[in-house]
Formats: sequence, structure tokens, C-alpha cells
Amino acid sequence: MTHTDTASGRAKMDHGEEFVDILEERRRSYDLGHALRTIKLHPYQGGPRCSTAKLNKAVLDSQYLRYVAEEIATETGSSVVEVREQARRLLEEMSQNLQLSSLRLMSYTITKVAKRLFSSIYVNMEGLSMLQKATQETPVILMPNHKSYLDFLVISYILFTYDIPVPVIASVIRKYLLGLKQQSIGLAEMKMVGEILRRSGAFFIRRAIGSDKLYWAVLSEYVKTIVRTGYAPMKFYVEGLRSRTLKSLTPKLGMMHMVLEPYFKSEVFDITLVPISISYDRVLEESLHAHELLGVPKPKETTTSLLKSTKVLQEDYGAMHVNFGRPISVRQMCEGKINRCQYNLTPRDLPQKPTEEAQACVRWLAHLVVRVQDEGSVISPWSLMACMLLQAPITALTEEGLLWHQLTGKTLWLRKLVLDCGARLNWPAQTPDSDVMSSAVALHRSVVHQKAGRVYLVQEEEPARRHPISPQERMMRTASAVLMLASYRNQSLHVFVRPALVATALHITESTQRDELFAFYCFLQELFSYEFVSIPGELSQDFEEACSLLKKCGAAHISQQEVTPSAGGMETLSFLRALIQPFIDSYQVMLRYLCEEGDQVLTEKQFLPAVRSLATRLILSGELDTYEALSSDTQKNLLLALRRLEAVTKSRASEENEFNVNKAAIRTIGDVLSGKIPPQMLQTTPDARL
Amino acid sequence: MAANGSGGGSDRQRVAQQRLRIIAGHLRRPADEDSAVRAAECKAPQSESDASAEGKTVPRRRQEIMKWNGWGYNDTKFIFNKKGQTEFTGKRYRLSGMILPGLQDWFENTFGASVHHKSPATNILNSSAVQPPNLNEAFVEELKSTGVPFSHDAEDRVFRANGHCLHEIFPLREGKIGRVPDTVVWPNCHNDVVKIVELACKHNVCLIPFGGGTSVSSALECPLEETRSIVSLDTSQMNRILWIDEKNLTAHVEAGIIGQDLERLLNESGYCTGHEPDSMEFSSLGGWVATRASGMKKNVYGNIEDLVVHIKMVTPQGVIEKSCQGPRMSTGPDIHHFILGSEGTLGLVTEVTMKIRPVPAYQKYGSVVFPDFEQGVACLREVARQRCAPASIRLMDNKQFQFGHALKPQGSSMFTSFLDGLKKFYITKFKGFDPNRLCVATLLFEGDREKVLQHEKQVYDIAAKFGGLAAGEDNGQRGYMLTFVIAYLRDLGLDYYVIAESFETSVPWDRVLDVCRNVKARIVRECKERGVQFSPLSTCRVTQTYDAGACVYFYFAFNYRGLSDPIHTFEQVEHAAREEILANGGSLSHHHGGGDRFKIKRLLIKRRRRVGVNDAAVITGCILTSKRWPGHPEPRGEEVILRSPRHVLTASPSRKLMGESSIYQPCTSSANTLPRPYHRSAGPLPYPVFHVPTSICQGKPLRLRTACHRVKLILGLYNVSSVLGPPLGARHCPPTVWLHRAPTSLSLYLHRGHCTQETENMT
Ligand SMILES: Cc1cc2nc3c(=O)[nH]c(=O)nc-3n(C[C@H](O)[C@H](O)[C@H](O)COP(=O)(O)OP(=O)(O)OC[C@H]3O[C@@H](n4cnc5c(N)ncnc54)[C@H](O)[C@@H]3O)c2cc1C
Repeated sequence: MTHTDTASGRAKMDHGEEFVDILEERRRSYDLGHALRTIKLHPYQGGPRCSTAKLNKAVLDSQYLRYVAEEIATETGSSVVEVREQARRLLEEMSQNLQLSSLRLMSYTITKVAKRLFSSIYVNMEGLSMLQKATQETPVILMPNHKSYLDFLVISYILFTYDIPVPVIASVIRKYLLGLKQQSIGLAEMKMVGEILRRSGAFFIRRAIGSDKLYWAVLSEYVKTIVRTGYAPMKFYVEGLRSRTLKSLTPKLGMMHMVLEPYFKSEVFDITLVPISISYDRVLEESLHAHELLGVPKPKETTTSLLKSTKVLQEDYGAMHVNFGRPISVRQMCEGKINRCQYNLTPRDLPQKPTEEAQACVRWLAHLVVRVQDEGSVISPWSLMACMLLQAPITALTEEGLLWHQLTGKTLWLRKLVLDCGARLNWPAQTPDSDVMSSAVALHRSVVHQKAGRVYLVQEEEPARRHPISPQERMMRTASAVLMLASYRNQSLHVFVRPALVATALHITESTQRDELFAFYCFLQELFSYEFVSIPGELSQDFEEACSLLKKCGAAHISQQEVTPSAGGMETLSFLRALIQPFIDSYQVMLRYLCEEGDQVLTEKQFLPAVRSLATRLILSGELDTYEALSSDTQKNLLLALRRLEAVTKSRASEENEFNVNKAAIRTIGDVLSGKIPPQMLQTTPDARL
Repeated sequence: MAANGSGGGSDRQRVAQQRLRIIAGHLRRPADEDSAVRAAECKAPQSESDASAEGKTVPRRRQEIMKWNGWGYNDTKFIFNKKGQTEFTGKRYRLSGMILPGLQDWFENTFGASVHHKSPATNILNSSAVQPPNLNEAFVEELKSTGVPFSHDAEDRVFRANGHCLHEIFPLREGKIGRVPDTVVWPNCHNDVVKIVELACKHNVCLIPFGGGTSVSSALECPLEETRSIVSLDTSQMNRILWIDEKNLTAHVEAGIIGQDLERLLNESGYCTGHEPDSMEFSSLGGWVATRASGMKKNVYGNIEDLVVHIKMVTPQGVIEKSCQGPRMSTGPDIHHFILGSEGTLGLVTEVTMKIRPVPAYQKYGSVVFPDFEQGVACLREVARQRCAPASIRLMDNKQFQFGHALKPQGSSMFTSFLDGLKKFYITKFKGFDPNRLCVATLLFEGDREKVLQHEKQVYDIAAKFGGLAAGEDNGQRGYMLTFVIAYLRDLGLDYYVIAESFETSVPWDRVLDVCRNVKARIVRECKERGVQFSPLSTCRVTQTYDAGACVYFYFAFNYRGLSDPIHTFEQVEHAAREEILANGGSLSHHHGGGDRFKIKRLLIKRRRRVGVNDAAVITGCILTSKRWPGHPEPRGEEVILRSPRHVLTASPSRKLMGESSIYQPCTSSANTLPRPYHRSAGPLPYPVFHVPTSICQGKPLRLRTACHRVKLILGLYNVSSVLGPPLGARHCPPTVWLHRAPTSLSLYLHRGHCTQETENMT
């Protein structure tokens, strides 16, 4: 829980960390003065930073790019000079142009905007000072989670505020932003936005690189050069995309490889990774995301249009927490995992596939960072309420309303559980609990509203309707509210997910034997591998930890051989189970579709609407009571998991992303999931594959 | 140390005289008589061409001139005097008798040490602390009859029990004396050695060759596990130049001669070898060959492997040498390649024919300041690319530059420093050099005056491209002088709780900066993690350039107050640093050798075959695989033989495997008991054959695979206890005497399981 000292804008968490509201000071002083103040940076290892032009030249002149250019020239029959010229253009399109003056401008603008949107931006000072120290000693990689567009510059803003070198930012971006594709909005405007971002340190990565060898080469040399020279800290999203469900995503490894390679090849002594957890009380894009997930068309995603819409600027988004995690030394983490000698017998600039060892290590580290991001995120009271709201029958929310005191009672119960699990909860200690919860509801009036001691789901209003609303349409409206709720639930999912999987295993297997439970746990983790990110190779540690958490919160007895539900733990266990239930139900529906209705060969484009309409049917007929089956995220995750389980295979020849469906295998998975047959019946052993 | 900036002209004699004075210092010939020693003159076969028996530096009783628990001459050391100044005592060096006003401050600031916290050494060698000798009576009896001088005196023995690793010197300072040789023998010539080896074989005693005792790889340490009587073969009295061949520019020299004597004597005739390792005051020709030494002027003269033309080595199986002095041959692997660097494990080098050069007409020092180390390395790389390196070019990092500064003596014009006066102004103000980042290269040019001047210009032009500024001759000269006194400085540190060591590596060019940065950073991090209370000094310099890479030399030192077992901590840090070197693509050693069990044991074994081959096989001169060449009979005995062209390891005690040899000469030994290793017979060309000593087999017959495996492991560790060739028609192995290090390796490495465990314990 949080003790806030409003006067100074400081808040203390139960973890003893001190969070400081950086807006507090801005509210008291001149924004312009702040932006224009003298800045004293302690550069990396005392050396001066080179200019952008020099950096780019180093990239273009690199031996690595020479090799690649020659390779490509031979492959394509064009001349080396041409290829190198192409590389130069790519780099120009890509590169950042970090400038102090732009940072000042950015800082000024952000201060203005942030003061409107947020009540406070809390930053943990200890993390910040560790980061500051790290920037002087090693190249630093800032790795925030990505839940909102606003993440993009907020880190730079904070570092700028505290005189810490501002990062260059890897930004995956649509072509039109680069001015490569004509867009509805003016090209010039787009270019200008792009330029402003560049000057704030952003460098641009095309969204679909595919197999463009030269592009990969230029990008990776650019990234590596920045890391090698300690040009500036680098920020990138290891999850690759913005999470539309507020749940962590399975990390992408390409960028991570590039960033770590200078260490593997001994080009730097060490690299420091700083996981950063950004948590929002309320997310700017909440309804945008819900619409996207439901496949409902939404306004074109543009940077300016979002900020321009005055509506957005008038709303209150509560507080934002930015938690700078403990710096991770890559050297320390890689000990025993990477044998750097392997790079000694060939030139290090030779284009080479990463070794298996390196891949495994990168994968592991990337997952680890995501885990640390999760653990560092700050949970709001609202997220707990969302958990509870979602466990109420849907009709209670849409029609008769949920009793307020029932909701608050359960939320307070959950507060205890979440604290037992060791999470960072942001629950103001000085405010009466009921006020805390009421204000949470007030903040989220876009999702729920409170009336006469009851809580109702907000049904989206459509302007000027002509005909009466159809059941489908009504359902879609409920769905969008439910998906918003679900994403707020997801903010605290990481705290419960592993014990919840054990609780589910207990329930489905009806066994108390550890090894059986573990086998089922592994199966669940494998099937839900894209829902709940787990660290490769650490399933059994996770399982152990989950068991001891269950024990700690009194839900189960643990012995050498057994995990037995305890008498007083039923409430906890059923809560945990109910957290996972929507996922199981959704997956069952989709598996059913694949077995019974779908064709042998499918594309993703066919699969999504087909499953959605099946789910719609089932929801309307009352057979299915989770709206999460409608989410395209859930649907895609299932496909990915099935591919991993080899129940679905990509047919090679086809261009259209076609899948071959192995119906028998899918049936088996469904049967295992419903507990009809034990997980051992699956051919592949989950543990070995994770 | 040679100063000849203004010299020139072609007066060879004069130049030679000058060099003689400079290099040798002011050494008088020490008294040589000792009643404990039995003297007998050796009639060397070519004694008439004996260049000079006069002016030899090292007496049999080394204790008369040298320290027993520190570096160098008894009369020379650094002290902090009462006035808060540092003094260098004695008269031998240019720096001798001078005051160094800046050193104490630097010392206290760098290490957090204080002159009030002393950790003085035990002065007197307490003979009663030395274990009584474990004598092999029969051997001693027969040794007496040969007339070769020997001694069991405690002091004599202690003096031959160690090199100059920190872990060897540190206990001595505390008066702790470990296992020492039981006997010291002073052969006077090649034949004496043959006799001693023969007796050692016969009586199963362990022999350890001892040259100058400057080893820094623990190669001289007596293995604790050795139960046999250990005999130290001190070569110091085999110190004559036997002949000089002016037509071919070679000199034939006994292997015990030490560097300064060799240079001085050759200089008298107007020649030099140009081989100048920093330890040349004390290290011996045989030692250089045995450790693959490298001299600072290798760019002109070559490393030891380039300098030797012919080597004579006594092995338990006989004498091995090439049959001619041709400059190159292609009959099989070059036997020199496994003699060089064998560190006394294969035999004792007795005589060497070396290339000589006329003493250069002109010498000039120089120095260049670079804005930072990166620029400096880039410059050295360019110099190497253009193949225009001066006789010596070395690049010190900033820390070392500052260290060099602290060593500036008072009131001597040649020791002016560039942070003084005009130059200081020039460098720090005008050029914007940051005194905390700049670094210095020192240069030494040699040759004809004209050419030197031309060469100098070329190098300075290159330097200018990398932001380098010429910083004068004095700074260069001082840089070189310091390398000769640095070993004395360690003793000073040891007096005040500061321990220090150096190690070196060779790396490809593209990794030089990485190695320097990472190893230094690793040292700092390890010290911190291992509880060292004060931040360490961790510094490096690039000391040699090659076409494909460079040699990097690291110093590291720290204040050990507050540590319970400083040596252990130190070794852990050093180990980590070496691990870092390997991970960065550096070699275990560029010139110090790998004898140190610590390094080899723990690092090589841990690494896979490839690296083992890299480092160890070069030393042993062979590559081993455990594949058996098809068609060879199943082995029966315990002899494992390596036959090369296909690197076949096979075993066959009874077969004659050796063929016609043009490169091996029949043994010249007079003793019939010594098998003559190579004879004409049909069969493949001769290649190195490794003969597994009975002791490896531990008395039991071995299966081939096991034997191969063991030999491989041992060779991999290069504790090779084998010798060339099976005795003609021999059916069993003779006892092996060259096992002086093998026992360690045996117990530790024979079983793979065991060695893995070792390794894991370390990390
Ligand atoms: C201050 C200092 C500076 C140094 N600088 C350099 C340098 O610049 N370059 C360099 O290469 N090394 C240097 N060294 C390392 C050392 O001086 C060399 O390894 C040198 O070659 C050793 O010679 P030594 O005569 O002292 O041999 P020792 O120390 O006596 O013996 C070294 C090894 O060789 C064996 N050995 C000795 N003589 C014979 C022989 N006749 N036959 C067979 N085996 C023999 C010994 O058994 C032992 O294993 C330095 C050492 C110190 C302490």
C-alpha cells in the first residue's frame, strides 16, 4: 500500500521504495525554465559522445556492412557501389538525430500535456539513481513495457528531467510516417512529425522487414554501433508491439540479439539492461484497443490525431507509475550460458547466424526481462476491482447491477491476497478504503458506473440510431466494455497466473500428486504460452514458486509428494481458477471450431471471423459466458500455440499464410484441457519444448 | 637503457664499448670460490675458441650478489626515506642513487596505502626452515665420481626453488620455504650434462633445469607430489661463447650464459644478438629457448625462435640436434618447434647457435603522445600495416603514463617530463589533450644514422595522422629504463601491503582494444567482488606489434590490507583475468611461457580440444588425435607413439617405427647405456614420438585408448614427460626423468571426471 505525502509529492510503497511525483515540481515552477535549464550530463566512461554524422559514417564504413554489401552484390548482380548507396539511403531513413534543443522542446510540450492528462507521474528514485550510475559505466539498454503510445517519450522526459543521458529509441513505424507512402494526411506534416521524433532520439524501423537482407544488416550494424560506442542509452520494446490487452507479450528476439551481440563478441565489457515497468491507472487507448480486438473498425492510428482530439485532453487519466528496475548485468546473467570463445576463430564482423547457444541465451534473457517488468509494475485498486467484476455473472453487470458493498468486500479480500503474493499495490493508506474504490470507479466511468449502491457496465452509446439495436449489436457493445475490464484485470494477472494454473490443474486433474499436477501445469503453460509468458527452461522453478505461494496464502498444503487444497483455501482457489476459466473456455470454443467446423486448410484471415461468429452464436445462446473468445488477441495466441505444439502447421508452399490443421491432435489437446485424458498422451513433451 | 642519441659514425669499437658499459652496469666479477662446491673444470671440446671466460656475472653462489626473496641485486632497491622521498639505492643503474619525489604520493594515492603501514620481509634466510635434502645415495655417489660440482647446501637449494611469480616470492618474504631441490649441480659443459642425465635416468631422480631463475610461470617450482630426489641443474657455469662465425654471422654459445654477459662479450667483438627481454640482466639463453622468449627489439632482430639456428638438447634418450646449420629445412616437422617452449620438460638445452648482427651504428629513442588509447592503438596498427615498426614501439595506457610520471627523479635534466614547462602548456592547453585520457608511445630506432632518421620521420608522420605529437627522446628513453627497474618496484610495494603481478598475451589486431578494456575492467570488478578493500591498479601497454596482432602486457596491483589470504584472492583475480583474455581471443601467453600449473591446469583443460591444440600443441610441437591409424596392430605395451604426417597416435612397443633421419643425429653420448635414439631403418619419416613413462601407467598395463587419452591430456597440459623415440628394439620403457612436473598432472588429470571437478571448484 502507498503512503502519500501530498505536500512533497512523495509516495512510499510497501516495498519501501520511494516514488516521487515528478509533475509535482513542474506544477510549482515554470515549464519553460525547466526545459531551458543548464544540463550537466556525466557521459559514458568519460569519453565524449560522437556526432550523429560520425556515428552514421562508422556504420556505413563497418567491415560488416562491407561483407554484406559484397554478398548482396554477388547475389543480385548489382554493383557493390549500388548496394552501398542503397545502404546509405536506408540508414538515412532510419537514423535518429538526437538534439538537445529538441529535447528541450519535447520536455516543454510533455510537461504541458502530462499536467493535463495525469494527476501525477510517479518515478522510483532509487531505480533512477542506479540507472544514472550504470550509464556512466556500461552501455545501457532501457527496456520498458509497452501499454500505450504515451510510453514513447515519457522515459526520455524523465531522464532529461534528471540529467541522465537521454536514450535513442528504436521505433517500429508505419511506412507513411517515413514519408514512403502517401497518406490521407499531408506528407509534409508527416515528415515533420517524423523529424521531431528523430530529433528526440527516435530511430525508425520499418514494420515489415521480412527477408530484406540489406535492411537487416544496416539496422543491426546501426544498433550494434550505438551499443558498442556507448553513444547513448538505447530504448526498445522487447515485446515488439504495444500490448492491446495490457498483458505482457512474448518477447521478440531480433532486436535483443543485436543489442547483446557486442557483449557476446567481447566488444564491450558488459551491457546493462534496465527493465522498466510503466503502469497506468487508466490507459489512453482503452476503447481503441477494445475495438481493435473485436475487429471493429477504428479511426486511423496516427500520432497527431490522437493527441489532437481535444476530447482526450479533457479526460482524467489518474496516475502513472514508472518503475525503473534493478539494472541487470548481461555479463553476470550470461555466465555459464555463453562461451565467448566461440567467436575467436572467425572475424567477428563476418555475417553469421547466431549459434544455438546464443539464441537460447537471448531468448532466456528476453523472457527474464519481461518477467521483471511484470514484477515491477504497480497494481491499482481498480485492477483488483476489475478482477472481481469479471467474476460476477454478466447479467449482473449489464442488467440488475452488482451490489457495491459486495464488490468492495471482495476487492478488500483480494487486496490481502495480492499483498500476500508480494505484488506492488498502489493503495493509498491515508484515504478510507471505500473512497479509494469509489474514486477508482469514478476514474473509469467509461467502463462502469455506480448508481444507487450498485455497479453497472457502461454500454457504449451510439449517436442517432435509426432502428432498434439488434442482439448482436448489443452483445458487441457489452463485449467492448468487458474487454476493457479484462485488460485492467490483466494488469494484475501476472501476480496470480502461476498459482492460478496450479489451482486449475488441481481442479481439472482432480489429483493431488505433485508430478501429475506438474505435468498438467506444463501442459497449460505450453498451451497458454502466448497468453502467459513464462521463462524458457524454468517451468519447474515456476511451479515450485506457485506451490509455495499457495501455501503462503493458506490455500494449500504442500508436501514432498502432494499439493492438497486446504479447508480454508477454497475461496482463494476458486478465485484463482475463475481467473483462468475465460481462457480455457475461449480455447475450448476455438479448438472445437477447428475440429468440427473448420477446413483442413485455413488462413488466419478465415479463421478469425469464423471463430468470432461461432463465439457470438454461443454467447447469444448462453452456451458460452466469456466475451474474451471474441478477442482477436486470444484467437491469434491460440494459433501460435497450436503451431508450437505442431497441431497446426504452416504449409510451406502457400503465400497466403495457410495452415494445415491436424484435427486429431487438436482433439487430443481439447480432451487434455477438459481433463478427459492425461497430458502425457500428447506426443510432444511440453517441458522439452519450452 | 642504452643511450646513444647523439652517437653515430661507424666506429664499431667505440659503440661496442659504450653498449658494454651501459648494459652491463658496473658489475665486478664476483668471487667464485666456495668450499661447499666441488669444482672440476670441464674440458669443452672447442675450448680454444672460448671467447672469454672473464666478466661473467653469475657465480655459483648466487646469494653473493642476489636477493633470495626479491628481485635482483642485493645492493639495489627502492626505499621510502624519512624525508618522505623515494630513493633507489646502489650504483648499478642510471636511476641508482636518485631521489624520486613524486613516487610516494602516487603510491599512497593509487593504492590507499601508507608508508606507516609496513609489511617488511624476513631478511635472513633461516637454513633450519629448509627441509633436509632427500638424497638418492647411489646417485650422489656416482655424481661425485664424475667430478661435476654439486651442493646440498640449504641456501643453494632455496635459491633454485622458485622463479618470480608473486605466489613464489610472497611466502619467501614471510620466511616460509616449501619444497626445494635436494641437490644443485653445476655442469660446466655439454658433456657434464650428458653424464648427469644419464645418472638421473639410471637412479630415477627428477631433474629440473635452472637457467637464470627469472621464470614467471612457476616453471621452476618443485612439485609437492614429487617423492623422488630432485636435482636442480644450474646451467650458470656453462656460460662461454664457444665460437663466432663471422662469415655466417652466427655464434655458438653455451646455454647457461645470461643476457647481459652474452651481449657484452659479443659487443667486444663488435656484434650483438639484439635479443633483449626485460629480464636480460639475469635470464639465460637456455631459459629463452625453453620459454620461447621475446626481446623488446624483436622487430629488428626477431624473437628467440627466429634467432636460433641450431640447438643441442640432452634428453633421457640421448642428444637431439639437427645435422646441419641450414637456415631452413623441410624434412618433417621442425624439431626446434617442440624444443622451443618446452620449459625443461623434454630435455636440457646445452648449446645454441644464434644469429648475430654487427652492433648498430646509431640508436635513437623517441616518444609520441596520443589524445587517447584508441588513437594510440590505431597508430600502432597502422605502423604494423606499413611494416615500418622501429626496433621497439610500445604504447602505455593513461594509468601507466601517470605511473611513469611518478617515477620522475629529482633534478636530472634527462628526466624532464612533458607535463613540465612548455610541453605541459602545449599538450594540455593547445591541443586540448585530456591528461586523464592521453597515452604515450615509446620508440627505439636502430641502424644507420641516415636510415634511422628517415625511419623516424615515417613513424612520426603516421603518428600525426592519429593525433600523435612527438614528445621527445628523453621520455622514450625513460620509458625503457623503467621496464628494467619495475621488478624492483614490486618489492617496494610488498613492503607496504601492496601486491602486484604482470601477465601478457597476444591478440589479433581487431581485438587489442577489447582485450585491454575488458581485462582491466574484469580485474577491477573481480577485486571488488572478492572483498579487496581498495581499488586496484589495473593497467596495460601494447609492447609488440606483428602483422596480424600485438602483444599486450598487463600490470595489476592492489593494497591487500584486510584480506585474510591475499595470495589466494590475488590468484583468483588473476585467474579471472586470464579467463577474460581467453574469452576475448587472446592467448595464454606471448612470451612468459605456460609452465604455471595454475594457468594451464585450470584454463586449458576447461577448454575444448581446439584451444588445447592452439596453446599446448604449439609448445609440444605436435598435434595429437586419439584416432588410430587403421592397419596398425593392436598395442600391447604401455608405450604410446605419435607418428605424424597424419597425426596418428598408436602404440607398439616392439615395432621399429623410426625411419631414416636426416634431421636427427645419432647420439653423441659416450655412455653406452644411453640408447641411441635414431637409426637408419626402413619405414616412414621420423616424427616426434612420445614415449609414455611407466609412471603414467601406474604400473598397470594400459589399453591403447586409455593411454592415448592420458598422453593427450598430459600433452595438452604440456607436462610432457616423454622423450623422442623408442629405444631401438626396446621392449619396455626405461624410467623417465623428465617427469618433474608430470606427477601433478597425473594425479589431477588422469581421470577426466577428476579434472572436471577441479575446474568446477575453481569457478
Ligand atoms: C622482470 C622480468 C621481466 C621479464 N621480461 C621478459 C621479456 O621481456 N621477454 C620474455 O620473453 N620473458 C621475460 N621474462 C620472463 C623470463 O625472464 C623468461 O621466461 C626467460 O626466458 C627465462 O629464462 P631463465 O634463464 O631465467 O630461465 P629459468 O627461469 O631458470 O627457467 C625457465 C624454464 O626454462 C627451463 N630451462 C631453463 N634453462 C634451461 C635449459 N638450458 N634447457 C632446458 N630448459 C631450461 C626451466 O626448467 C624452467 O622451466 C621476464 C621476467 C621477469 C621477472
